[in-house]
Amino acid sequence: MTDHHHPEELAPVEARIAAIEAVLVEKGVLDVEAVDQIVAHFEENLGPMNGAKVIAKAWTDPEYRTRLLTDGTAAIAELGFGGPEGEHVVVLENTADVHNVVVCTLCSCYPWPVLGLPPNWYKAPAYRSRAVREPRKVLAEMGTEIADDVEVRVWDSSAEARYLVLPMRPSGTGGFTEEQLAGVVTRDSMIGVQRL
Amino acid sequence: MTATPFDDESLPRDNGELVFEAPWQARALAVAVAVVNRLDLPWDAFRHRLMASIAEEPDRPYYESWTKALESLVVAEDLTTAAALDEAMPVERTPL
Repeated sequence: MTDHHHPEELAPVEARIAAIEAVLVEKGVLDVEAVDQIVAHFEENLGPMNGAKVIAKAWTDPEYRTRLLTDGTAAIAELGFGGPEGEHVVVLENTADVHNVVVCTLCSCYPWPVLGLPPNWYKAPAYRSRAVREPRKVLAEMGTEIADDVEVRVWDSSAEARYLVLPMRPSGTGGFTEEQLAGVVTRDSMIGVQRL
Repeated sequence: MTATPFDDESLPRDNGELVFEAPWQARALAVAVAVVNRLDLPWDAFRHRLMASIAEEPDRPYYESWTKALESLVVAEDLTTAAALDEAMPVERTPL
């Protein structure tokens, strides 16, 4: 878990857009939340439904599940998803005994092709530092209680690995089609801050 | 976010899906949408600048042209000046 993916250099255009946003916020023309909301809009239409399809297929097709756990990037590409930030996807399987949680402690590494852009809390210093130190507490604050006999594993994203959590299939979904199953998978469950 | 046509063809698309190559591009997109909404301008007010910016340098990366267009809009609307933006440019990336 070394060699974090956080390019040192700030490209001029990136600095420029940051300046534009900062100046408009300072002037009261924009507020950060409004911009965040718009980003969320694109994020929701852009990403997690792709991951949900991957998870639903893994729940219904044992061979696909095996391929997904063996080589996440390749199995995800079978469904047509790939591209930047999707090069080294490692899929983490939740079980009755193990609950996985994903964080990027130094920046905001995230598997874009299957989850879209990260939510703001994922990029916030509080989550980035506390998820490693006190994961159970952070999860509880987010409404997810993990039983004491379940091991919580925290995974720090890096240039070598972008993590995607494979949640446990919820009970009561026995007769669901793959499409219906995709509908019950949430973004947060694929980051590991929620159990379905 | 009522006034902005998100299905506008001037938004970047790949196979019908909006795509970003980096988080700053999403900020660039969202700031443009937010400014247009806030000033109650038609989306075209931005789109025309974007078209002009792309035409000015067709080989420039899409979001660089986008950012130029956004800057020209906010300067034209007297929200800031190029000099103020020069001043506000960060030298390091804060965690996105």
